[in-house]
Amino acid sequence: MTPMLALVGVEVRYGAIPALREVDIEVRQGEIVALLGANGAGKTTTLRTISGLVRPSKGAVLLNGRRVDQVPAHQVVGLGIGHVPEGRRIFPRMSVLENLQIGAYHRRGVTQAELDHIFELFPILRERRNQEGGTLSGGEQQMLAIGRALMSKPQLLLLDEPSMGLAPLVVEAIFDIIERIRDEGTTVLVVEQNAAQALQLADRGYVLENGSVVMADDAETLLGDERVRVAYLGEGAA
Amino acid sequence: MTAPGTPAARPPAGPEAGAQPAVTWDERPTAWARLVSSVDARRAFAYLVGFLVLAVMTGPSGSSSAPTSGFTGSLFNPRVFWFIGLAVVFWGATTARHRYQARIRAWNDSVLALPRRLMPDKRVRYGFYLALLVFAIIYPMHVSGFWQQVAVQQIGVYVLLTVGLNVVVGYAGLLDLGYVAFYAIGAYSAAFWTGAMPVHLPFHLNPFWTIPLAILAAMMAGVLLGVPTLRLRGDYLAIVTLGFGEIVSIVAQNLTSITGGSGGVLGIPHFSVNLLGVHYTWGLGNLPYYYLLLAFVVLILVLFHSLEESRVGRAWTAVREDEVAAEASGVNVLKYKVMAFAIGASTSGFAGVLTASQVGYIEPQDFTYYLSILILVLVIFGGMGSLPGAVVGAAVLQWFPEFLRLHPLFGFQQQDLYIYLGALLIVMMIFRPEGILPSKRRKREIGLAEHGVGTADAMTTTTAEIQ
Ligand SMILES: Nc1ncnc2c1ncn2[C@@H]1O[C@H](COP(=O)(O)OP(=O)(O)O)[C@@H](O)[C@H]1O
Ligand SMILES: [Mg+2]
Repeated sequence: MTPMLALVGVEVRYGAIPALREVDIEVRQGEIVALLGANGAGKTTTLRTISGLVRPSKGAVLLNGRRVDQVPAHQVVGLGIGHVPEGRRIFPRMSVLENLQIGAYHRRGVTQAELDHIFELFPILRERRNQEGGTLSGGEQQMLAIGRALMSKPQLLLLDEPSMGLAPLVVEAIFDIIERIRDEGTTVLVVEQNAAQALQLADRGYVLENGSVVMADDAETLLGDERVRVAYLGEGAA
Repeated sequence: MTAPGTPAARPPAGPEAGAQPAVTWDERPTAWARLVSSVDARRAFAYLVGFLVLAVMTGPSGSSSAPTSGFTGSLFNPRVFWFIGLAVVFWGATTARHRYQARIRAWNDSVLALPRRLMPDKRVRYGFYLALLVFAIIYPMHVSGFWQQVAVQQIGVYVLLTVGLNVVVGYAGLLDLGYVAFYAIGAYSAAFWTGAMPVHLPFHLNPFWTIPLAILAAMMAGVLLGVPTLRLRGDYLAIVTLGFGEIVSIVAQNLTSITGGSGGVLGIPHFSVNLLGVHYTWGLGNLPYYYLLLAFVVLILVLFHSLEESRVGRAWTAVREDEVAAEASGVNVLKYKVMAFAIGASTSGFAGVLTASQVGYIEPQDFTYYLSILILVLVIFGGMGSLPGAVVGAAVLQWFPEFLRLHPLFGFQQQDLYIYLGALLIVMMIFRPEGILPSKRRKREIGLAEHGVGTADAMTTTTAEIQ
């Protein structure tokens, strides 16, 4: 079966310096896949490549077997990839509702049912729907960013460090919602520095180091792996 | 400058007061020592000196026979009081900012809310606009020829230009410093198609028919310039457009055989209609042109207002706020930037035709970069992204110098005008950076009706309840 998403030998360069080398990643329908790695490992670059914001210099990105790596970013959304960028990047002066509407921009026309679905996932957004995005708390902004990406009705949702800078309770709430999103049929690729929590959530995981995939395995196996425990779970060597 | 900021950061005077030299040469800190060590007093002194230097620098210059006349001519001149006044205003503005910021904010907010409080109903607001329009139709009939000319050449044309630049700068957030180039392209197009230029076609057109051609030319220039440069980030765009503006004016200046060079182009005909037995020429009088402009301005305002409220307007806002997020959300960023740029260019080109046809004479000096800056100032003064702001900002700032020309104030000199406008703008940036009539973006209610959502009304009602 063709995986929903496949990165095949992807190389990305910023100028002369490669940020990704020979990266192979697969995400299958209905999975939650975690992408782990230290700062600067290339996690964000991987997601930006998938959503067309940067172009690979080698290799290919395949969505359901079709190449998408040369498609302009604003059209990738229409192909079913929703991207929640690092640092949320909601539109600060637009209201919550307008932010959500922009998320559905490529399909023209938002129905109330679609909005209601988002508000059901994030009830707080319904309360704040006429408030400016910039006045929301960090957790609410993250929810809005996820809601905005969901408005495009993606088959694959890319999440870049959704837990960044949030209180533990809020992180838990967000991770619960990610699970729910998957249960409703959206495949998820999540980038995290918070490796322990991400691996508990995910089915499988990849570990990036200096732009290369150094480990790829089931989440449980990775959680038990000595090297992962030392490097990413902050445990001293046994 | 000592640390500006919150009132909490105020006591920069504290440590300095502690280190007063006064203690060493006089046991008691004298009033003078306290004054010298006061930040506010030193700032006042610095501003006073600064503005006096400015007064001398911009005043008459000395000569070998009277070497000091540069100083005396500037300092013993009623004009100097204006500069002292500016020093006081700047001192007040920078000092008061720290002390009264909260109060000024609150005042600003209440003034901002005023139009909504006074005119909560949309119908009342439209009624108000209609009343304004009636005023704009009737009032100019009763003013002198001088003011009628001001209404056309200083206010009408500039309102049009400002409203157009507002789309580029205010809606899409693109810093276009070469806006006047499109004005020039429109004006020269009109000259070309009416056969007034040194090069001409075997036929010529009535200026009316040049309007679409000039708009097309300006729009094409906008697209050609926009497609490669709008991929660049903001600062680069500003530089490229500034350069483009200069290129256009230099070409107009030097390509004598085609454009008439620095001598300009004479004899551009007036608009006229000759249709179904109706014959009319917009002649030398200003009023007919005024009404023509008014009609076009109203038309364009309605058009831009509906654009602003449409999908396109929302895309522009998204692009302005975060290009990457907009692109990642499915907005074709380049397309919407080019669109805004081209709409601005067309409006500018359109204004060019109107000017060329009314004045009948254009020259390259009419299209220097300083005009681009002036129009940008009008946009910022009115409130970026706000249509009423663009109209009122342009009208007020263009009217005021003419008012001063007729009623000179004590010591006011016309050539100093831009110093005062600059000062006004700086003070505004301190107290009211959003402009005099800022856009209602913040408080805008969201109409989902556009998307055919049934419960849109319910939502709007809730919005009203919340506010
Ligand atoms: N726009 C850019 N220009 C140049 N280098 C970049 C850019 N973005 C990221 N990089 C570099 O690419 C590498 C990977 O960055 P990134 O993908 O952001 O890592 P991560 O998300 O894992 O922290 C880093 O070395 C970073 O400095
Ligand atoms: Mg990152």
